[in-house]
Amino acid sequence: MSTHAHGDHHAHQGHGHGHDDHGHVEGAHGTFGSYMTGFVLSVILTVIPFWLVMTGTLDNTTTTAVILGLAVVQILVHMVYFLHMNGRVEGGWSMLAMIFTIIVVVIMFAGSLWVMYHMNHNMMPGMTTPDMSKLP
Amino acid sequence: MTTTVEAMHGGHAGHDAPRDATPPVFYVRDEHAHEAASTALGFWIYLMSDCLIFAVLFATYGVLGTSYAAGPTPKELFDLPLVALNTAMLLFSSITYGFAMLAMEKGRTAQTQGWLAVTLLFGLAFLGIELYEFAHLIHEGAGPGRSAFLSAFFTLVGTHGLHVTFGSVWLVTLMVQVARRGLIPANRRRLMCLSMFWHFLDVIWIGVFTYVYLMGMLR
Repeated sequence: MSTHAHGDHHAHQGHGHGHDDHGHVEGAHGTFGSYMTGFVLSVILTVIPFWLVMTGTLDNTTTTAVILGLAVVQILVHMVYFLHMNGRVEGGWSMLAMIFTIIVVVIMFAGSLWVMYHMNHNMMPGMTTPDMSKLP
Repeated sequence: MTTTVEAMHGGHAGHDAPRDATPPVFYVRDEHAHEAASTALGFWIYLMSDCLIFAVLFATYGVLGTSYAAGPTPKELFDLPLVALNTAMLLFSSITYGFAMLAMEKGRTAQTQGWLAVTLLFGLAFLGIELYEFAHLIHEGAGPGRSAFLSAFFTLVGTHGLHVTFGSVWLVTLMVQVARRGLIPANRRRLMCLSMFWHFLDVIWIGVFTYVYLMGMLR
């Protein structure tokens, strides 16, 4: 711990990223304006889906599509304004790790739903009704 | 090891050399610089692995979310105004943590601590509301053992709640650290990691309220 206290002050200068020596850590670059922009956008993107579902203004299919779309937009807003994600953080490695994760998640998520939906669909009639489980 | 060797050669030739010529300091400084520089990426990769955990739980909920076992459906159980309030708590905690980070970058210790305390309060409010909701569901006989839908629901939302719980514990720990040692670079780095963790949990919650609560009400 004591080494941190006196060793840290010049730590970033040795690293050559052009940081000032305030112990400025990478990934934490936000301004009041950017945080407020993100917050206001998030509030709007949260209120709209809740309002749509609570009032039932649109039909169910349209509402589902709209709220899923707004969720994706809100996740992007959080990534950019709160997590300060861009292609330059950590020389692009953060972005690369995230893209890889998104690919894995999409394959796993869509694949699970797709496979299990068709499995349920192709079951013999009656096999999924509750009383079938009581048969010997 | 290799980085230390590089540091000895590079460090002597570089701009660090004239300021302080005590050899052991070079080791300490450079190892630390390397550690701090890679922390953000390492923590980000941890968050991505955490993201995979949640993806698996979302997929489980997606597959089992309509298996009610003749039990209650989301429409009968979920209380949207309560979920909206919960969402607001988490969103407020996200922006107040952002303000804490801004205060930290300006080196204002008291202001940082204040915003961290507000963040903690919002986080605890979120947890309180969620626990109230869970207790209410279990009291109604809609506990995790009632149906596959409820098992998946409690696992997904409960895992998120556990993350918020540990995030709150971490937040208290860091507030104590900042109170005792001030905004030293090590504490700044830790606060930066918790910031990523906290905002990440808010991102997961967007998925939860959209996919579980709102889409549950549409079925």
